[in-house]
Amino acid sequence: MTVTPLGIPRRLLEFTLDGEPVRAPEGSTILDACRSAGKDVPTLCQGDTLTPKNACRVCVVEVEGARTLVPACSRKAEAGMEVRTDSERARHSRKVVLELLASSVDLSATPQVAEWIKEYEAKPDRFGPDAARVDEEPRVDNDLYVRDYDKCILCYKCVDACGDQWQNTFAISVSGRGFDARIAVEHDAPLTDSACVYCGNCIEVCPTGALSFKSEFDMRAAGTWDESAQTETTTVCAYCGVGCNLTLHVQDNEIVKVTSPHDNPVTHGNLCIKGRFGYQHVQNRG
Amino acid sequence: MDLRFGDSKPTDEERAAVDALLGPPESSWEGADRSDADLRWARGGRAARERRDLLLPGLHAVNDRVGWISEGALDYLCRRLTVPPAEAYGVATFYSMFSVKPRPATVLHVCTDLACAGAGAAELCTGAEARLGLGSGVSVERSPCLGLCERAPAALVVRAGAPTEPSLAPSAPTRPVDLGAAPPLPLHRPGRPRPQTPDGLKAATAVVAPATVDTVVLAATAPETAPAEPSAAAAVPQAGHEGLVLLSRVGVVDPASLDDYRAHGGYTALRRAFDLGPAGVIREVTDAGLVGRGGAAFPTGRKWQATASQPDHPHYLVCNADESEPGTFKDRVVMEGDPYALVEAMTIAGYAVGARKGYLYLRGEYPRALARLTHAIGQARARGLLGDDVLGQGYAFDIEVRRGAGAYICGEETALFNSIEGYRGEPRSKPPFPVEKGLFGKPTAENNVETLVNVLPILTRGAEAYAAIGTEKSTGPKLFCVSGSVERPGVYELPFGATLGELLTLAGVRKRLRAVLLGGAAGGFVRPDELDIPLTFEGTREAGTTLGSGVVMAFDDTVPLPRLLLRIAEFFRDESCGQCVPCRVGTVRQEEALHRIAERTGAAAAGDIALLREVGRAMRDASICGLGQTAWNAVESAIDRLGAYE
Repeated sequence: MTVTPLGIPRRLLEFTLDGEPVRAPEGSTILDACRSAGKDVPTLCQGDTLTPKNACRVCVVEVEGARTLVPACSRKAEAGMEVRTDSERARHSRKVVLELLASSVDLSATPQVAEWIKEYEAKPDRFGPDAARVDEEPRVDNDLYVRDYDKCILCYKCVDACGDQWQNTFAISVSGRGFDARIAVEHDAPLTDSACVYCGNCIEVCPTGALSFKSEFDMRAAGTWDESAQTETTTVCAYCGVGCNLTLHVQDNEIVKVTSPHDNPVTHGNLCIKGRFGYQHVQNRG
Repeated sequence: MDLRFGDSKPTDEERAAVDALLGPPESSWEGADRSDADLRWARGGRAARERRDLLLPGLHAVNDRVGWISEGALDYLCRRLTVPPAEAYGVATFYSMFSVKPRPATVLHVCTDLACAGAGAAELCTGAEARLGLGSGVSVERSPCLGLCERAPAALVVRAGAPTEPSLAPSAPTRPVDLGAAPPLPLHRPGRPRPQTPDGLKAATAVVAPATVDTVVLAATAPETAPAEPSAAAAVPQAGHEGLVLLSRVGVVDPASLDDYRAHGGYTALRRAFDLGPAGVIREVTDAGLVGRGGAAFPTGRKWQATASQPDHPHYLVCNADESEPGTFKDRVVMEGDPYALVEAMTIAGYAVGARKGYLYLRGEYPRALARLTHAIGQARARGLLGDDVLGQGYAFDIEVRRGAGAYICGEETALFNSIEGYRGEPRSKPPFPVEKGLFGKPTAENNVETLVNVLPILTRGAEAYAAIGTEKSTGPKLFCVSGSVERPGVYELPFGATLGELLTLAGVRKRLRAVLLGGAAGGFVRPDELDIPLTFEGTREAGTTLGSGVVMAFDDTVPLPRLLLRIAEFFRDESCGQCVPCRVGTVRQEEALHRIAERTGAAAAGDIALLREVGRAMRDASICGLGQTAWNAVESAIDRLGAYE
């Protein structure tokens, strides 16, 4: 959760959520209201620090009077709205969307998705063994991180994080169209020939593990990645005076990756190349 | 912005193409040679970024000159406009008419869509490929609908090279101005150098329809000598008939002559508009009951009122001339046959909504419409009918033409805004609606060509007389694009309320009719025993189908229905922008299922049909925009109404 700065008090809107009257501050989304009301709506492309692109469509809900379903993550709540989060229609779309996703990409590293597939009784196999898949080799072209297109659901979070919402580097964008659309740097070059500054903020927001630390990628390949054996320690980056928070993920007394708390009001999870990747000196025990 | 440009340099030709559009670079920050001043000042920044919308014209400039867009050319264009190369690469790869890989200077686009497929497009492609092998300097590409369905099969030749002056019809007026002169406004930047390509080839386009292997090969090897297209009136079987409203001038006026247009009643509607004032125009359009003709049937008066009343400024007017719906060609015929009518109608619409600038977004596959409209806009500007002081009324309005580059999705209103702004043509989520936040985030009224042209008779005849045409709920005349198994394919104008059977009789429907596709690939099929469906918005809705963009495509029983459905599925798979999951993956899964059942019926197809229905339902419910929401319509109607796989 992002820390909400105190501002002018916002008006409360009244509307109906699954038949129950609820009140939500003006400007909040249906998803915000659902979460405050303790309802779980699945989301993939929504992130706590980015404006959602509402591209994944797993959070769709039914709004009375609307021709189509609406994405809960970005539709603002309106007074008098009647929202149904769990109708047959909404559940059907979520189920099919999960099937479409799981049949086209590898969701094995996506948290929670297995539960949703079970909950919505999605059967990704029913499109047959010949169903088109992204099916691409991971691109390992530098020592810091790996792009695994086979896991990419095109949620646009890395594009937004690299672009105007966070980093302002604009090193990545979506290229191509339709099923052939891919996240790419200019001219589809190796990362080392691109404008990338290796801040790793795209990894921070990636919901599926399509972007990962090379350390994590290698350990997963070797079968030694074990999140249950990891500890997380949040500390302050020592490189400069900004004071960014670092969360060190440690397994077997080795730092295996570095993230940053999203509720830090200064950085919102952002780091630079040094904070994110410059931890080898800590482990230099020679 | 961390701008990083690679080491690739543009060739002289690529640089010249970009400079012809943007003017020469001012400093080394923009790609010029370094001067002493450049060491002291950084230029570019905000001023350059505000020209982001010139990215698409810039990509066209390079593609038109060289035939494809190299790394060096893209980087130079990015440097000029302060656009991150990754974003520009994303834009360049979005459009099907651009290539980021080397290809021959000449591209032959052969239409393989519904009408052309039935008229032998497949044989045309293989025949052309056999004759235009390696070394011919021609790349043969299969294309979605080229909007020439009345002359199927159709092909479009685009040869890259040095630009030529637009060829004008011989009767371009040269006599002095009589409406108060306004200085011509340069579209982008003055001083355009016109260098020659080393091999002296000039850019050229040619439209071949109906095409044979011989004529396309000839046109592809020498597009400048290809025979001229038949006049726009050839697509209007009713041309010259009494009682036409929207098509009354097509084939009657000289499309190049402003005087001829005025002699046939042109610009009386604009004068009336100035008499009424903006609010009066909106009232008249509202009273006339005009609704949008692009497919969504939204009340035009309400859209204009909502735009006009927005406090945020500036307001924009956008004319959606990205007619890419398979089977639709009415806007092309109107623009080619009566271009000044659109210029006048846009001026009136701009006046009504309080816009000083109108964008005409024209699909890239219409070279003749582009030439005619560019000419018409230039003439109108020179005669004070566009510019700082339209008709001396103190109203400033100008029109800029923007060319699309091959993307059906850009006909979606918000995707069109993104395309003009220099972003990928992906639709935006609504709300906010365009009347509130449209082009460049400002209040925008977007109307289709046919909708705008309807405004002229509303103003010249009055709302009441206009509303007397058609039915109570669907007022006015309507254009229909009739193609397929008919004797006289073309654009027909009928008052709303005529039946489908009447229209098909007019067009000379052939015997053994099997099905009629209403509304194009996003529309639906009806049976031959349903020809008494009234052609109105309410009548088609009651019959469980749609009028859509006015497509009426007839298929006799020689047309293999499963293959037709497969072509529709392929079309949507190709044209999905890829932004949302239901559409990006759903269109692929639907095409796969249709492939599986292409030769099957009954119980063998039942499982896949059930799968199609489930995916189709989710696509309709959960896709971001109309493309994904309607992609399943035609196939569903073929299964339900025609019993396609029984």
